[in-house]
Parts: sequence; C-alpha cells; structure tokens
Amino acid sequence: MADKDIRKEMPGVSETGHTYENRQEIYYNDNVGGRAVFVDAKEHDQPAVKESVLQERDKDKTPILDVKDLGIDFGGLTAVDSFNLTLGRTEIGGLIGPNGAGKTTIFNMLTKVYEPTRGEIFFNGKSTKGMNTVDINNAGMARTFQNIRLFDKLTVEENIKVALHHNTDYSLIDGMLHTPKYRHEEFRIRKEAMKYLKIFGMTKTAEYKAGSLPYGAQRRLEIMRALATKPKLLLLDEPAAGMNPSETTELMNTIREIRDRFQIAILLIEHDMNLVMNICEGIAVLNYGRVIAKGFPEEIQNNPKVIEAYLGKGVGAKKKKTKANEEEIEEALKKGKLESKASGKPDERKEGE
Amino acid sequence: MADRILKSISTRGLKNAVRGSEYKKEALISYGLLIAGYIVLQLGAVSGLIGRNLQGQFVPICVYISLAISLNLVVGISGELSLGHAGFMAVGCFSGVLVARVVGLHLGFEPAVVLIAMFFGAVMAALAGFVIGIPILGLRGDYLAIVTLAFGEIIVNLMNVIYFGFDGNGHLKFAFNHPIEGIEDNDRIIAGAIGATGTKTMATFTMGLLLCLFTVFVVLNLKNSKQGRAIMSIRDNRIAGESIGLSVRKYKLMAFVTSAALAGMAGALYGLNFSTVAPLKFNFNTSVLILVFVVLGGVGNIWGGIIAAAILTVLPEAFRQFADYRMLTYAVVLILVMIATYNPTIKSRVSAIWAKLKPVKNKDKDKDKPKKAKKAGKEGA
Repeated sequence: MADKDIRKEMPGVSETGHTYENRQEIYYNDNVGGRAVFVDAKEHDQPAVKESVLQERDKDKTPILDVKDLGIDFGGLTAVDSFNLTLGRTEIGGLIGPNGAGKTTIFNMLTKVYEPTRGEIFFNGKSTKGMNTVDINNAGMARTFQNIRLFDKLTVEENIKVALHHNTDYSLIDGMLHTPKYRHEEFRIRKEAMKYLKIFGMTKTAEYKAGSLPYGAQRRLEIMRALATKPKLLLLDEPAAGMNPSETTELMNTIREIRDRFQIAILLIEHDMNLVMNICEGIAVLNYGRVIAKGFPEEIQNNPKVIEAYLGKGVGAKKKKTKANEEEIEEALKKGKLESKASGKPDERKEGE
Repeated sequence: MADRILKSISTRGLKNAVRGSEYKKEALISYGLLIAGYIVLQLGAVSGLIGRNLQGQFVPICVYISLAISLNLVVGISGELSLGHAGFMAVGCFSGVLVARVVGLHLGFEPAVVLIAMFFGAVMAALAGFVIGIPILGLRGDYLAIVTLAFGEIIVNLMNVIYFGFDGNGHLKFAFNHPIEGIEDNDRIIAGAIGATGTKTMATFTMGLLLCLFTVFVVLNLKNSKQGRAIMSIRDNRIAGESIGLSVRKYKLMAFVTSAALAGMAGALYGLNFSTVAPLKFNFNTSVLILVFVVLGGVGNIWGGIIAAAILTVLPEAFRQFADYRMLTYAVVLILVMIATYNPTIKSRVSAIWAKLKPVKNKDKDKDKPKKAKKAGKEGA
C-alpha cells in the first residue's frame, strides 16, 4: 500500500542517479502491516533488525520511554494534559497534530526545558524527576529543534566534536597547553567526527561554518550532532520542515538508517503525513494538548477524530455519508502537509527561550 | 548504499558557504606580530630612535596586550560582557608585588622572582574570579556586565584599605582598615590608598614579551580544545548547548577564571614595573580601556587586539605635544579610528585591495613565518 503512494509522488530518479524503484526494493520488501523494515544488512557494521513486528523485537525489554499522565499548565492555560506514551527501544514513534496542539511542549518537557506540572517520565526505566536538560542528555536523550539551533560560528566538524565532549578525556590544563594527551584525544575524536560526517555524506562540508550551510545540510548536521552524544532516544522536532519532496525522501531513508545502524529509538514531530505514515511504527495524534488517537499508521489514517482535527467537523461528518468523500480525505491525508484549519500562530514560542 | 544516497547533500549549495577561521593562520599572525614588534622596538631603543618616555611604555604595552587578549576570552570567545577586568589585574598586581618583596629577600635572581610573582598573581586572581564568578554567572548579558562592574569597584575599594609591611624583625605584618603602626616607610609593601610602594622595578621588556606569548599561547590553545569549543558553543546557542549536555555554568566559569588568571599575571608584571602603584589605577576607567582594545581590535580577534592595545597605549604618550588637549585628541582619534574600522564601505574597499594583493603576499608570509611561530610556541610554553 505504502509503496504505491510514494511512487506516485516522488520523482523517478534522484540526484544521485538511483531510481526510486531501487530504493523501494531495498527498504520495503518486507513490509508488514505498514511498518517499514530494513532488510539489506550487508552494508552495515551491525546486523539489521530482523523481526518485523515491534512487540516481538523489543520483547523482554523495558521501554526506553514511558510517559505517565504528563501535563503542564502555563498560568491558567493547560497546554498538555494526561499524555501517555510508551516507546520501544528501537521504535520509530510519531507525534502529530495541528499547530499549537502541544507537540513541541511535550518535547520540552521530556528534555526538561519545562518542568511538567503533573505526571512522570520514565526514561530507560528511571524517573527523570529532578533532572535538568544537561542530566537528561547525559542519561541518553538527544534532540533537534524546530527552528534549527546550530553553533553557527563553529565549523561543521567542530559542531560534532562539541557533541563528542562526553567522550573526550582531557583536562583544562591539557587543553591550554596542548599536551600529548590532548593530541592523542583530539586525533581520536577528529576521526570519530569524520565517521559521522561520512555516514551522512557530508565529509566535504567539514571545514565550513555551520551557519553558512544550505538548509538541508543544517538539518542533517543537527541530527548528527544529537547522535554524536550517543543517545538511546532521539527526538526529532519537524525534521522535514522546509524540505522539498526529494529531500524528504532522503530524510526518510536517513531516519530509518539511523535507527538500524545505531539501534536507537526515535520519536518525531512532523507535519508531513507522507513521512509520518511511511516511517513511524506508532503514531499519537494531539489536539488541544490531549491525545485524540493513538495507533498504527493505517489506524490513524482512518480515524474520524483525526480527520476532524485536521479538516474540521463538517468534513468529518460528511465523510460517513459518501464513500467518494472518504477516499478524497484519505488521499489528502496521505499526500501530507495538511495544516489545521484552526492553525493560528506557529508554535515557535514554545521553544522555551 | 546509504552513503551513496546521501552524498548528494554534501556538495549541493556549498557555493555560498563560508569556511571556518583557520587556527594556524591566526596563531602565525599573532606570534609573528609580537616577535616582530619586539624586535623593532628593541632595535629602536638600542639605536636611540625611541626616546626614554616611550621606552618606559614598553612593559605597559605588553601588559595591556596581554589584558586585551585575556578579556577577549570572556567577551569574544565566551560572549559575555565583563566590565571589571581591571579588578583582577589589581588582585594580581598587589599579590604579585607582595610575593616579589617576600621572595626577593631570599632570591637574588630577578627574572625568577618575577616569574614567581606572576604565577602567584595568576593564582590569586583566578581565586578571585572563581569566588566572583560562582554567584554571578547565572546572569546574562547586560545584567552580568553591570555586576562585573560592581565587583571591579569592590576589589579596588578593598585594596584601598589593605596594609602589608615588614616589622622590625623582618616578619610580614598585615592590617585591615588602618595603617600598620611603628614601621618605617621603606618597610611598607602595600599601604592602603598609596598602594604598592617601595617596589623594586624588576619587569623587563623581555618578560613582557614572554607574558604576551604565553597569553596568546593559552588563549589560542584553549580556543582549539574541547573546553574552548564548549565555551563557544554556549555562546552561539545556549539551549542547543544544554541539549547536548554542556553545563553552561561550568564552561562560563572556566572562561571567566582563566581570563582572570591571565589578567592577574599581567597585573603582577605591571606592579613590578613601577615603584608605586595606587589602587585607583585599577578603577572602572582601566576596565573600559581594556574593553576598548578588544572592541577596536575586533571582538574575538586575537591579533586585532594586539595591534589595538599597542597603538592605543602609545598614543597618549605620542600626543604629549598637545599638552592640555592630549586626552581630547586621544578621544577624537579613537572615534575616527572606530568609524573607519567598522564602516562597511571602507571595509569592503580595503578587503578588495587586500584580495588583489593576496596571492603575492601569502607566499612571502608562508616562507618566513612558520619558523618563528615554532620558536614562539616553545618559548610560550
């Protein structure tokens, strides 16, 4: 099902000369229940995920993220209420909803930019109560931002080296005097940084200032920087924002590639329905700070509540009556980039500055 | 497979991208400037082309260069405005002078005494920076600037009421808020508002050069290390820095304390260059003066700061012929230079001329500078 839809939309040949059909074979030939599974294990250092069903894949393991009744109030306004989520250790989860629904607020609570008013977050089996943003990253959660936040004046390579700081072992004195220990460690992390650049095909950009890179490369660098902190859970806030269809396809492959290569869980916020429906294994839909639907992509696509949230009540009601209309809405949802009718201000203000 | 898919991103749209600053180039220019300046001034002094008045400015020039570079660590690299830099210079100056007097009793070799004094000055200033930094580094921007200003003034006022001296038996005596009774003028080391007095002037131009080289060495190395990168990341984007696990407070404090230590070192050399230095010398004006060097040389630009500090320290001396209008002339020149340096039109013209000259000039530089830089690196260490 998913194969056909993408093929219709995507240009036949990508810039690298690979036909889209080629990629499909690699990424989709064991497509179970709408969940994408990676099979081409030869090119990887680590074995690719074999099991196709998540519940089996993460069997006997505690979930990486377990959120219970999370809620936050800003003054009298309840931004998020009774939010529950469980994410497996190698699962790709999606968080969707109209603008202002509270998606980024949830990310900010997970990373402790905001302290939740209610509820509790268990990360890797431990409660994150009392932790701050830095502790959260040390515990193994890394994120990207809706409006890209890079270290603009540092080079691409330095951006990644900074993120490798946990892994760099020398003191301030070593750093000031450039002792042999410094040289040894710098050599090692430079090699490691280049490894990340190579995985993401950005070796040529290493010496350029991050702020001067093209948009797509900046998004990629931000993901790389988050990955360099060696997280167990990666939070991506609208990774496809501002990308064209071919860039989005590249991104989809990248996200799957990250999961398979690094064996981590990914939770992403996205407005691009095409991306969400194709790579997420579980989706939660938010509206006005509350979860209105949760489930597999195909369940979400057909959920009348979701359609109502995105297209308005009248459309949802009509849907039940005519079958033609139903197909039309479904089509629209798949094609993606649907904005809520009620969308007002962009939720950038929730970035917590 | 994925490598191939993703390769397309790497070269796309890079035409407009800017390459990062080159660490080696910056180091070469900085060390080269310092050593070339030293040689020129020494030759001038030996041949008699440079008068006594200006020769007296050699050590202060070095001290101010060093202060400008160390302040650049806070303003340029850490991105916070500090208006109390002279306070740390004062701590270094007085503790350095004190130690030089005590050590000087037992040690005859002057350069060693100066080095010990500078080391002690650095330690004490770092301590002061640490104590001050802990409560205030949670603040940001303008608020931090104003608090550092206040702390600079507190340090100067504290120095105003501190008394140190030798008693009749050669023991060190300390008094707070009142002069030490019953000691001779010659045995006073630090005497309240009079400041450090009776100091044997031990600072030499060569010591000054070593100080500058060491400061450049430390700051440039730091900039290119794990800690420096973390400091610059937090400057560029605080929230992103926290999200990758960088403790903002820790790294800001690191920059602040290192900067204070280097200022203390410079202060100690400054104190040993004059027989008397009053605490009032280290007031707000001096802090602003150092900030002017940094801004004029370009925030974050090490060698720019070197040039600005050297020229602006010499200018008031060179303007002595204007007598009463000396400082006025200085101010006017400062305004003109500021306008000229940061005028976009002039800037673009200069860079256009520079671009024409570049292919020829670069070759010349590359040939003779690396050797010097290597030497400088060793000396600095």
